Parts: sequence; C-alpha cells; structure tokens
Amino acid sequence: MAESPDQAKEQLLLARSLVSHLESGNEDEAVSVIAELAGFRDSMLFQEIGRLTRELHDSINGFVMDARLADIAQTDMPDAAERLRYVIATTEQAANTTLGAVEDSLPLADSLRSDARHLAEQWARFNSRQLSVDDFRELSAELSHFLSVTESNSEALHGKLSEVLLAQGYQDITGQVIRKVIALVDDVEGKLVELVRLSGHRSRTAGDGPAEGRDVSPQGPVVPGVDKGDVVNCQDDVDDLLSSLGF
Amino acid sequence: MNKNMKILIVDDFSTMRRIIKNLLRDLGFTNTQEADDGTTALPLLQSGNFDFLITDWNMPGMQGIDLLKAVRADDKLKGIPVLMVTAESKRDQIVEAAQAGVNGYVVKPFTAGTLEEKINKIFERVAA
Repeated sequence: MAESPDQAKEQLLLARSLVSHLESGNEDEAVSVIAELAGFRDSMLFQEIGRLTRELHDSINGFVMDARLADIAQTDMPDAAERLRYVIATTEQAANTTLGAVEDSLPLADSLRSDARHLAEQWARFNSRQLSVDDFRELSAELSHFLSVTESNSEALHGKLSEVLLAQGYQDITGQVIRKVIALVDDVEGKLVELVRLSGHRSRTAGDGPAEGRDVSPQGPVVPGVDKGDVVNCQDDVDDLLSSLGF
Repeated sequence: MNKNMKILIVDDFSTMRRIIKNLLRDLGFTNTQEADDGTTALPLLQSGNFDFLITDWNMPGMQGIDLLKAVRADDKLKGIPVLMVTAESKRDQIVEAAQAGVNGYVVKPFTAGTLEEKINKIFERVAA
C-alpha cells in the first residue's frame, strides 16, 4: 500500500501527539488520536479495494473482448458439434460396410465347409471301395463343381475382405477430426483457467493472434458443412487439378 | 514394374499403414517398411535404398510435405518417386505438393483401384 508523503507526515504528527497524550495521562485525547490513525488505515484499504476493482473490471472487459473467445463461441463450438456428428456418420458407415461384408462372407464360407464335408465322406467311401461306377461318376462331377465353386467363392471372399480392409480407413479420418475437437477443448480449457486466474486478481496474458497469408498447413479431412473454401471434392478433381499443372 | 521394389509407407495412423501395406501386398508388392512421420522416415530413406515413398501429409513431428521437400533436396534421394496419400484436399495444398515435386496425389478415403492406378501411372512415367 503506497502512502503519500503528506499522509506519512500527518501520521507522524498524530503518532507524536499520541505519545505526548499518553505521557501526560490524557486518555480521552489518546483514544481519539488512535481512532484518527485507524481512519487512515480504513481509507487506504478502500482505496486499494477500489484499485483492485478497477483492475478486475478492465481485465474482464479485456477478456470478453478477446476475439478468440468470440470465435470459439460463434464458430468453433458449432463446428465441433458438426465435426463430431461427421465422426458418428463416418464410423457408422464403416461399421455397416464391415458388417455387410461379413454377412456376405459367412454363407460363402459355410457353403465351402458343407460341400467339403460331403465330398470328404464320398471320398472316404471311394477309398474303401464302396462306390459303384455310377456313384463315382457322380462324385467326379461333384468334385469338379466343388473346385470351380471354391475358386469363385475364394475370389468373392477376397473381395469382401478387401472391403473390410479399406473400411478401416475411418480410424485415420475420424482420428484427425477428433484431434481437432480436442485442440478446441484444450483451447476452451485454457480460456477458463484464465478466467479463474482473473478472479484471483492475477494479470492476464495476451493471446496469440491468428496467422496471416496463404495457408497450406494441414487441415485434416474435409467435414461437409463445416469446412468451406477451395477444396477438391473427389479424386477426379485432384487428377484434373494436377493435369492442369502438367501432370 | 519390379514387384520386389522397396517401399516406405509413412503415416501417423498405424491402421492406415496396415491398410496400405495390405493393398500393396494384394498388388504383389511385399517389400515394404513403415514409419510414423517424416522425422523417422528420413533417416530410414537415407540408409535404406528405397525405391518408392508413400506418405501422408498431416503428421505430428515432420509433415509429409516437408519430408517430400527434404527428399527432393537430398542428392541421394531426390530421384525417388513419391505418392502422397492424404485427407488434405485444399487446392492450394495440391498445388504446393505438385510444386514440391510429388509424383502422385491420392485423397482419402480412397479405393484399392485408385491406389493401383496411381502407382501404375507413376512407374510408367519413371520407365518412359
């Protein structure tokens, strides 16, 4: 608490008069001087509270005016919700693709298993010479059919498994989108900590300004309805753009 | 095309590296290695005689675009064909990659057919 020189001088005078009043036994006078000195203390306390209130007021005003905060409230939060909805849609699509491929694959595997089991029985009968010539002709036709079904089913299974493989790309795409939302949550957390700090009368630190200029920094996957601007929509657009550049 | 060529796959998501590795195996390319960003990829490239680089763009540490620039700036590595496989799809970014010397650019999500087509195209040009 800073005191003006005048105040100090006045306090010194009061203190001296207090001592002389006490030495000469003027109790009433002494009490009134003590009250006067206490009054000094009170007025300085009020001044200090006033100063802190002003500081807090300015800090809160500055905080509310912080453009980043307005951005978060007006743009980033709704964007984050849209991004998370995109994550749900993308993971749902991947799950459906995977489930569909599995549902298509199981009957293919089942038919191979039951055909193989049937043929194994017939083959055992053939080995123990229990098959007639006609039975053998039938087995031979079945074997030949089985081989061609095995080939086509295996090929179909391979295709379905490749679908499942590619569908897992959702983890990369949604992971990048979720990382962006986490960055926003961190940002909001930082702002809240700042707010808590303000209420503890600590000084505010200035936020970083947005970067300027042509931006080729990584943006992550394009989320429909959130990311606007000059983006390509599909591989064909990429190919067109590259061929326009002489590729 | 030499099916035994040595390929480095760079992506920070291990799931995507597995997907690309499996697709490449389906196409007959089995000699693959992986790295999770440019910082780990560059020393591998410098010591490993790689024939082909497939890289993501957006990675922590060293970005794919910076890896591409580092490869093109390195006398020993500058001839390696580079295919970018990325979710980055701003026109400015594709132009930036083209100017940095990328050989092909595939946007995620992609199909097995697209990957095969781009690889074939890159090696047709390299052979020509």
